Amino acid sequence: MANTTYDVVIVGAGIVGAACADEFARRGLRVAVVDRDVVGSGATAAGMGHIVVMDDSEAQFALTRYSQQLWQALRNELPAEVEYDQCGTIWVAADEEEMAEVRRKHDFYADRGVPTEILDAKRLKQSEPNLRDGLQGGLLVPEDAVLYPPCAARFLMQRAQQRGAELVLGASLSALGKGRVLLSDGLQLTAEIIVNAAGAWSAELTPGIDVKKRKGHLVITDRYPAFLRHQLVELGYLKSAHSVASDSVAFNVQPRRTGQILIGSSRQFGAEHKEVDQQMIVRMLQRAQEYMPALGQLSAIRIWTGFRAATPDKLPLIGPWPGDPSLFLATGHEGLGITTSLATARILVDQITGANPEIPIEPYLPSRASKEHAHA
Amino acid sequence: MPDQVSLKVNGASISVPSGTTVAVAMALAGQLCRTSVTGEPRGPLCGMGICFECRVTINGIPHCRSCQSPCEPGMEVASET
Ligand SMILES: Cc1cc2nc3c(=O)[nH]c(=O)nc-3n(C[C@H](O)[C@H](O)[C@H](O)COP(=O)(O)OP(=O)(O)OC[C@H]3O[C@@H](n4cnc5c(N)ncnc54)[C@H](O)[C@@H]3O)c2cc1C
Ligand code: FES
Repeated sequence: MANTTYDVVIVGAGIVGAACADEFARRGLRVAVVDRDVVGSGATAAGMGHIVVMDDSEAQFALTRYSQQLWQALRNELPAEVEYDQCGTIWVAADEEEMAEVRRKHDFYADRGVPTEILDAKRLKQSEPNLRDGLQGGLLVPEDAVLYPPCAARFLMQRAQQRGAELVLGASLSALGKGRVLLSDGLQLTAEIIVNAAGAWSAELTPGIDVKKRKGHLVITDRYPAFLRHQLVELGYLKSAHSVASDSVAFNVQPRRTGQILIGSSRQFGAEHKEVDQQMIVRMLQRAQEYMPALGQLSAIRIWTGFRAATPDKLPLIGPWPGDPSLFLATGHEGLGITTSLATARILVDQITGANPEIPIEPYLPSRASKEHAHA
Repeated sequence: MPDQVSLKVNGASISVPSGTTVAVAMALAGQLCRTSVTGEPRGPLCGMGICFECRVTINGIPHCRSCQSPCEPGMEVASET
C-alpha cells in the first residue's frame, strides 16, 4: 500500500461497508476499507438477501422503503451473478387474527404509497400451490425482491475501487478510533473519519455500542424450479422475531434464480458459536413443513449459520459515535442489513458531507442509545 | 445371457442387462444426466454416490443419483435441466 492517510477508513467489508465505500468514493472522498477476511464474508455471506419493506416502526419503514427504491434504481447495473429478482413477498396469514394484520399492513402501506394486494385463501393457494390447505390468506407485496448478498457486496466494492477506493483484506485490527486504525501487523492508517461497519463484531472494536449477536440458521435445497414463486413469510414471524427473550423459529422461504429454495429462519441470543444447533434446525424445518408439507420431500444440500447485529430498539446505528469526533458507526442492521445497506450509505455520507438526507436521520443516530441510557 | 430390463430414458425405450445402473443406461442411450446452473452438461464423476454430479429424475422424483440406482422394469428416467 502506497498511502496510509485517507479521508475515510471503513472497518468491515460486508455489504454495509461496501455500500458506504462506494458512496464515499462517488462523492470524491479518499477511502480505504479494511477487513480481516474477504469481501462479504460475515453476515453478508450468511443472509437471505430478501429486499423487503417493513412496518415495525415509521423509522424502519422509511429506511427499508428508501433503500428498496435505491436497489430498484440499481437493478439494471447489477451483474447476473447478483441474481436480483423482484419475486415479491407474500405475508402468510394462518388465522383470522393474522388476516386482520394483513388488512392493517395493507392500509399502512397504501397510506405510504407502497402497492400491495390482499389475497384470500383461494388466491393464496393459486399463487403458491405447495402451501398447505386451510390457511386464511395473505398480503402480496409485489415490489419486494431477492438477491444474492455476497455478490452484491462484491459488486459494490468493485465499483468503489473503480472510483478510487482501496481495499485491505486479511487485516485484523488491534485498535480503532481517534483518527486512526491500527492493524495487528503494525501498519497504521490515519483518516479524519473512521467508520465502524464491523456488523456483529462492531461492539468488540468500539466498547459501549449496544449491539448483540443474534444467531440465525439457513438451509438450502437442491434445484426445484417452480416449486416456489414468492418469498413467503408467516405473519407469526412478527410475534416470534420480537420476543427478544427466547429462541424462535419462523416459516420464511425464498426462491432462488437457480431453482433452489432457501429455508429459514431462526433467531437466538447468547449463542456465540458458529456451529449448527441441531435442535434449532429441527424446529425450523418442522415449522416450515407445517406451512409447506411438500418441503419434506426435497433434499437439502447445505446448512449454515450467521450472526445478525441486534440493537435494543431494532433500528441500526448510523452516524457519529459520541465521545470520539472521528468515529462513525454503520452497524446494528439485525435481519435487514442487505435491504438497508444502500440507504445506510446514503444517509451516513450525507451527514458527513453536509448534504440533505432524503429521510429524517434522527431515529438512527447512535446518540439516541446513550440518551436512553442517561434516562434509564 | 443375463435377464434384460426394459425402461424409458427421456421417453425412448431401452433394454439393458439386469443389474445395470441408471448411469450406464443413460450412457448407453446417449443421454446427459443433467445441465448445470450455468448450462454445462453433467454426468457421472465419482461413480460411488459422493459427488451428486449424476443426478437424474427417476419416476418423477428429482435428483436421484443414477450411479447408485439399479434399472428396474418400467422405470421412467429423465435428464434434469
Ligand atoms: C440467517 C440470516 C438471514 C438474513 N436474512 C436477511 C434478509 O433476508 N434480508 C436482509 O436485508 N438482511 C438479512 N440478514 C441480515 C444481513 O445479512 C446483515 O444485516 C448484513 O449482512 C450486515 O452487513 P454488515 O456489512 O453490517 O456485516 P457483515 O457482513 O457481518 O460484515 C462485517 C465485516 O466486518 C469484518 N470484521 C469484523 N471484525 C473485524 C476486525 N476485528 N478486523 C477486521 N475486520 C473485521 C468481518 O470480517 C465482516 O466482513 C440476515 C442475516 C442472517 C444471519
Ligand atoms: S457419479 Fe458421483 S454421485 Fe453418482
